[in-house]
Amino acid sequence: MSASDVRARFRGLFERDVTLVLAVLGALYVAYILAGVVFGYGLRGQLNSIANLTFYIGVFGMLALALNLHWGYTGLFNIGIVGFMGIGIYVTALVSKPPVAEGGAAQVGGFGLPLVVGVVAGVVAAGLFGLLVALPALRLRADYLAIVTVAFSEIVRFTMMSRTFQTFTVPDTIDLWLFTIDPTADTVGLGGGGGLILNYTDPLEALLRTLFLWEPYLGFVAVVERTLIPNNPKPVIDGLAYGVLLLIGVGLFYLLLSRTGKSPFGRVLKAIREDEDVANALGKDTDRFKLTAFVLGAALMGLGGILWYSSRGSITPPSFRPNITFFIWIALIIGGSGSNTGSFLGGAIFAGVLYEGPRYFKNLVQAAFDLGDAPRNFGEAMAGFASLDPMPFILYTLDSVSQLRLVIMGVVLIWLMHNRPEGLLGHRKETASSVDLARPGSDGPTGNPAAADGGENQ
Amino acid sequence: MSVSETYVRYRQTLSEEPLAIGVLLVALWMAWSLASGLLSGGIQVSSLASLIWDGLLRGLIIGLAGIGLSMTYSILNFANFAHGDYLTTGAFAGMATSYLVAGIGENSVGALLLVGAGGSVFGGALGIGVTTAPLAVVLGALLAGIATIALALVIDRFVYRPIRGESGIALLITSIGVAFALRYLLQFVFGAGVRGTTAAGSVPRVNVPAIDGTFRVTAHDISLVVVAAGLMLGVHLLLQRTKLGKAMRAMSDNEDLARITGIPTERVIRTTWIVGAGLTGVAGYMFVLWKGTLGFNDGWLLLLLVFAAVILGGIGSIYGAIGGGIIIGLTASVSVVWIPSEFGRAAAFLVMIVILLFKPEGIFAGRTTA
Repeated sequence: MSASDVRARFRGLFERDVTLVLAVLGALYVAYILAGVVFGYGLRGQLNSIANLTFYIGVFGMLALALNLHWGYTGLFNIGIVGFMGIGIYVTALVSKPPVAEGGAAQVGGFGLPLVVGVVAGVVAAGLFGLLVALPALRLRADYLAIVTVAFSEIVRFTMMSRTFQTFTVPDTIDLWLFTIDPTADTVGLGGGGGLILNYTDPLEALLRTLFLWEPYLGFVAVVERTLIPNNPKPVIDGLAYGVLLLIGVGLFYLLLSRTGKSPFGRVLKAIREDEDVANALGKDTDRFKLTAFVLGAALMGLGGILWYSSRGSITPPSFRPNITFFIWIALIIGGSGSNTGSFLGGAIFAGVLYEGPRYFKNLVQAAFDLGDAPRNFGEAMAGFASLDPMPFILYTLDSVSQLRLVIMGVVLIWLMHNRPEGLLGHRKETASSVDLARPGSDGPTGNPAAADGGENQ
Repeated sequence: MSVSETYVRYRQTLSEEPLAIGVLLVALWMAWSLASGLLSGGIQVSSLASLIWDGLLRGLIIGLAGIGLSMTYSILNFANFAHGDYLTTGAFAGMATSYLVAGIGENSVGALLLVGAGGSVFGGALGIGVTTAPLAVVLGALLAGIATIALALVIDRFVYRPIRGESGIALLITSIGVAFALRYLLQFVFGAGVRGTTAAGSVPRVNVPAIDGTFRVTAHDISLVVVAAGLMLGVHLLLQRTKLGKAMRAMSDNEDLARITGIPTERVIRTTWIVGAGLTGVAGYMFVLWKGTLGFNDGWLLLLLVFAAVILGGIGSIYGAIGGGIIIGLTASVSVVWIPSEFGRAAAFLVMIVILLFKPEGIFAGRTTA
């Protein structure tokens, strides 16, 4: 590849994706920093707010990318995402948590293996459960697949909550025919409704130790403590570092998925999305391709779940309700299914505007005006209108912003399906062909802007 | 067919369908453990009867809610994920009416209309119940249906109608948006708390004797059976004896052809929503009256079971929805004989998945009525 070639490619890339991504991310960060200025945040507050935003951009971006493999590329209508996420993090916790004897307050222990092993086990487990769901379910119609996957994710949640799987006692020695295993674990289990305390090594620390960067990192923290943030800057820097780690993860997801999409394997997936019968007629074993794509996507969702929850101190079953699945769907539809860049952008916009935005808006209003206490219920809120005083209602609305943001999400979803079902970048949905199908002279790829229907009506 | 032919066919089935063998083995194990449990006294007949009665009632609610879902599924060709929240809307509208009728004069109208949000009024104190406040209950059930019909028509006009021609999946995704908006608006207005709605203590009950004990039947159980049976019969007559039923069947077969034949498709769709949503609203109200508590998540939590019932019975068949509902309700209740009680709903989902694998068109398919 010659230098000019590289430059041309670089320019082409810059014109399209990098600028767009940077513009969106830049706008989000500027908005958050400005909001922080209004709140009167100091440096610590600003950094915390940025770390928080980065975290959600990272996880939603990652999961939207994984979903894009299912829906955008293959046309598999999976609404059981949160089940795979839950399996990922629960298996990681089970494998990596220290035994109860060493674990301090935790009631339920684990096998005490290194976190790396736990993460790999979690991803593999999510993939295996993907296989378990996909083997029977892939021959179903799209809407049946949807119902089966959401039922599966609920079964996963019931299992997490159940008393039956709450704790198991591991025997001191297990005799297997020729050799004896002596597990360190004493009590393991899923923790029931109380969930699990994630008392393994902090994931950031584990990663940096593996890379021999832990000492330099601590040195950097010490420098920051001396110069910028006087007392205890570590949690803030940890948050930022974890955010950066997630963004790197998003980059890796992106590379993996765009390479997959451009490979012969990916072309078959797109062909299945467009018309499964045709792909079948052309001699492709579509069931196998769908299965592989589903398992890969499920494993990535497991990884996404691990990265989302592993740095939290604990996990509880209510975090794994189907709402999370629908959040990721909304993110994908905003961005445009079928486009990897679009998926990430959708994740970022969803995280910054719809997921975290309303809360910031509420804080902004409360910081700008001194507003007193909100009414406790809707009745008191409406009572103000009797004396033509809208303030109680406004206060109640602001106070209920965490519920209303879900209303907003619903309305945005309806609006998108009415007006722009292809999302931001869905018009760039990749075609199944390996050559450019654009007519000479017209710009951009041809084809109708594909609706978010997975080729169902074609 | 000779004996040997039958034998060969069975052997083929067994070798080709490993899953079928699994299902068969599980069924045999269940029968054996139930029989041995009953014989050894580990499972009481009366507690089994009580589970079956509970499952039957649950099944009636699921079936009643399922008729509406099944009708819109077959005529508009999409799985309406907002259906559960239609149930909740009906329940809230109906209960607000009941509260208002039962408690007007002594309590503030606002608190009554908000179904006692934030603990301002309690259903128990108002004496909500079919025997203690019959007028409140009847009006509540009526209003539940009317409010849900109005809601469904408004949503159809502004949300579904503009994208009528889109694929089922696009409509499904839209309905998820409707579900979110509706559910959290309900939470915004009525609050997040789960409230008790009936005077549970003063509901008349009889203990029906079973072999080794008794099981309890309350007046609310009976009223649920009466309402469900009445509405189901009504829908049956409506769809069998009127032109509407025929038009609906034609539309679910082929909408274009139906329109060419002169069937006013939009009017049929509107009627479908009216019938379906009316049943759904009443089902939501009866559900809340029967279980005695009301929360903004109730319908959503029931929705997957309703889907299971509709798929089980075959989409578009009202008998299928009722039959499927009863099977799902019984599964969710009675399965605790074999498995831990946390997994009752999981067992119902599993039954649905198994049916989808072996008979994706549903067990009552081919006898469609709507």
